[in-house]
Amino acid sequence: MVTPAAPASGTTALEEELWRLAGSVPDPELPMISLAELGVVRGLRVLGPGRVEVELTPTYTGCPALESMSADIERVLHDRGIPEVAVVTVLSPPWSTDAISAEGRRKLAEAGIAPPSSSRAESGGPVAVELGVRCPHCGSTETKLLSRFSSTACKALRRCEACREPFDHFKEL
Amino acid sequence: MTAALALGDDALVLSHRLGEWAGHAPVLEEEVALANIALDLLGQARVLLSLAGDEDELAYLREERAFRNVQLVEQPNGDFAHTIARQLCFSTYQELLYERLARGGGPFAPLAAKAVKEVAYHRDHAEHWTLRLGDGTADSHERMRTALEALWRFTGELFEPVEGCEVEWDTLHADWLDRLTSVLKRATLEVPEGPRRGAWAAGAGRQGVHTESFGRMLAEMQHLHRSHPGATW
Repeated sequence: MVTPAAPASGTTALEEELWRLAGSVPDPELPMISLAELGVVRGLRVLGPGRVEVELTPTYTGCPALESMSADIERVLHDRGIPEVAVVTVLSPPWSTDAISAEGRRKLAEAGIAPPSSSRAESGGPVAVELGVRCPHCGSTETKLLSRFSSTACKALRRCEACREPFDHFKEL
Repeated sequence: MTAALALGDDALVLSHRLGEWAGHAPVLEEEVALANIALDLLGQARVLLSLAGDEDELAYLREERAFRNVQLVEQPNGDFAHTIARQLCFSTYQELLYERLARGGGPFAPLAAKAVKEVAYHRDHAEHWTLRLGDGTADSHERMRTALEALWRFTGELFEPVEGCEVEWDTLHADWLDRLTSVLKRATLEVPEGPRRGAWAAGAGRQGVHTESFGRMLAEMQHLHRSHPGATW
């Protein structure tokens, strides 16, 4: 696990509550999983009464969903009674698909998106992607890469040779 | 910041060129792939240009001579093979550069560490197409060969040291040439023999000297912002 999925020790009960709230926001492009499950909420600090700073990391540098993620986080925290919410972008350490939780992976597969393989040490980017991606529809590992890039920057397009269905695969990053 | 402009302009200009394929790519999958690569590059450009100043002002309000990108990335798309040859030369370079910047721990390390993983996919995409076109039909082979010949003289400039990037440029160059030679060999293509430095080579983009088509590209890229300052949609 590269990034913390939950608040580190030393956070207050309020911070934990707000962190969970921010993390509960659904991803704008993959609404079946939450930002916490995607592993992009890096931190939350109460700076003063009614003032909160949230650290958010992009999946891809150019991810266009980042702006609506920020707006959604601001909205849920405003609704909770926090008037001043600053969402800041952090790049380091870089987000990796390893930050997606087990629950997040299960939900992706359930929605027909093959989750990334779980260890970056084994996968390590584009080359090893070929080493068996399971079809989210029928479970066959006989799947073929159609295109390295698909509906969003984070996915590749594949087709299952067994059931012939095309499907998105969340690429290892 | 010289280096932030140089690297940011490389990413911005190539992003715009790749975006020009939208609606024109040979197949839908490639349309999506090139647009995704363009989007990654645009994200990198935004981070880099923001290190140098206001990203919008830098992208939309600078004159041609103020851009610091290498001439390679501003070269017109040409046919698909031409675009792939440009992608192969540039993404191989960018991956090697970002790997080094990520290790170096300087001001570009956080972006480089993140972006290098994206660029690995760009390079992988370019390599697969180089193999497919080079080792494909007589026509695809010839187009790939012609494209490499045409772009080769723009590749020397990639390895001119950029002030502010603590990188061993000579080994970067050697690694680039090794990698390219290996891919081209597998693709049954020759490494072009033309000059890459000196009188008949091109390349003063880092000094703000650009090729003819760049002005037209900028005119299109900047037109909306200049005509309707502050427009939102």
